[in-house]
Amino acid sequence: MHAERRWAALILLALAGLALVPLAVRRDDTLNLIFLILLSVTLAQSWNIIAGYAGQVNLGHAAFFGLGALVTRTLWIGGTPVLVAMLAGAFVAMVFALAIGVAAFRLRGAYFAIGTLALGEILRITTGNIFSEISTLPAATIAAYRLTLRYYLGLGLAALAVVVGATLATSRLGLGITAIREDEDAAEASGVNALGLKLTALAAATVLAALAGGLFAYYHISYYPQHPFSPHWTFDALLITNIGGVGTLHGPVLGAVFYVLLKEYLANRWVDLHLLIFGVFFIVIVLLLPGGLVEAGERVRRLLRSRLRR
Amino acid sequence: MILSQQMVLGVMIGGLYGLAAVGLSLIFGVLKVLNVAHGELIMLGGYGAYWLFVLLGLDPFASLLLVLPLSLLLGLGLYWALFGFVVRADEETRIKNSLLIGFGLSLALHALAVRLWTADERGITTPYAGKVLIVGQLAIPLVRLASLAVAFVLIAALHLLLTRWRWGRAVRATAEDWQAALLAGIDVRRAYLLAFGLGAGLAGAAGTLVSVGYSISPSIGLEWTLKALIVVVLAGLGSVFGTFVGGLFLGVAEAASAAAFGGPYREVVGLVIIFAVLVARPRGLFGAR
Repeated sequence: MHAERRWAALILLALAGLALVPLAVRRDDTLNLIFLILLSVTLAQSWNIIAGYAGQVNLGHAAFFGLGALVTRTLWIGGTPVLVAMLAGAFVAMVFALAIGVAAFRLRGAYFAIGTLALGEILRITTGNIFSEISTLPAATIAAYRLTLRYYLGLGLAALAVVVGATLATSRLGLGITAIREDEDAAEASGVNALGLKLTALAAATVLAALAGGLFAYYHISYYPQHPFSPHWTFDALLITNIGGVGTLHGPVLGAVFYVLLKEYLANRWVDLHLLIFGVFFIVIVLLLPGGLVEAGERVRRLLRSRLRR
Repeated sequence: MILSQQMVLGVMIGGLYGLAAVGLSLIFGVLKVLNVAHGELIMLGGYGAYWLFVLLGLDPFASLLLVLPLSLLLGLGLYWALFGFVVRADEETRIKNSLLIGFGLSLALHALAVRLWTADERGITTPYAGKVLIVGQLAIPLVRLASLAVAFVLIAALHLLLTRWRWGRAVRATAEDWQAALLAGIDVRRAYLLAFGLGAGLAGAAGTLVSVGYSISPSIGLEWTLKALIVVVLAGLGSVFGTFVGGLFLGVAEAASAAAFGGPYREVVGLVIIFAVLVARPRGLFGAR
């Protein structure tokens, strides 16, 4: 438990360091890259809360990201201040998630995964049918576009995600949530309100995902409204969390940094093969290092310690 | 009249949904792993037939005799290299790990297909592609009718394999209770291997049929995985013919909803059905047994 607090402090310190970057670096590509990492941290941490801590493999996470994006974009272009619009998006997504969660949490294991995947696709297709036109910012907004604003918002969200994750990991509430992951029946038998806690975890995860979606809507000049609902947002979160270390606080953060940088590197180096390499790489991690980078780090540390003792 | 025409077309695509789902259902039911790259195996089967057609001029229905065994071999390879490690864990971990491996696999296979065949949509146009059978006022495309027939034959063959063949019965015993099967002297690992191979072979066959009557592209994987999942949930596990009927039902339901709400919503109906069925029977149709 203490380790999680230490990690939270360390990550927040690193984020504070990142706050200084725009003062020194004027290059947009660097800021965009860091922004992408920050967005990935938020999204991965939110998936980690529901899938890593609570053990509910949610394959419909993109629905929450998408709902956040849709509501935020609509309100913001309509004239609402962006922060208010993002909060509204988070609220709508949370209400939706809770309504769906009551039904979906009756499912377990593979059936929860299938059901949530279906749900995400329902929302994606329906959104694509209703809002089929590309959404582009008005010319005046584009003229006033400031990247640093988005950057700091991304920084704030990533920090929020880490704080929420750390609070869950170190609290009595979080203990109940992880107990459900280990054995739901046993947890219920020892007095854990499984449905209530699963809904709490889902609400926290959804709010973070929807805020990230709202930030996406605030960041991108033009995109199809269907795009944020695409299942690849779910898969990104899933890949990042598992590469970093599922069910740990720092796993999704390390995973996001590693994932974005590696993907960028591979995409530059092997343009059309990078996803092939990436897929194979991911499979190798799942088979050989189920605990991800966090486990790799721990193994190295244990090895070093045993060497030093000798 | 237009409605009944659409229903007929729905039955014909439904046969392919059934075939796609039977393979997934076999793997899920026996190994208790969820192979989300099943749609990518279908996609590869389609491209296999496409290649045989373009490079060798082989008729797609004849190339089934090559594509099916090759897909089966690919399945054996995938089991040996990947999924064989997954089945060593307990059931819940199996599901999670197979999901993760399936995602990695679908990512890799998708990229591979784009590299080999570009992202364009492709289909096989045989000399007899335009032939239509007129029954009353209905026009039935011959190729799709033949695909439906082939799908049915394959499913009947699988049924025979699973009920008459020694190893087929071993596969079914493993699906029912692998521990009891193990105690009865069945080599459970070999039953797993066989089920995975058969499932992949059927996926390849389904892909071949898709490439004839419909079209393929590297990104059809997820769509077909979803169709297969819908049918599996709808039909439950354990009955080969039940799964086939489930596929037909999905095809008809899609056609009906396209007629009622317009084309773009045809994809939604199956997803809504799956969600409703799941919520009504929380343990899926597993609980039916």
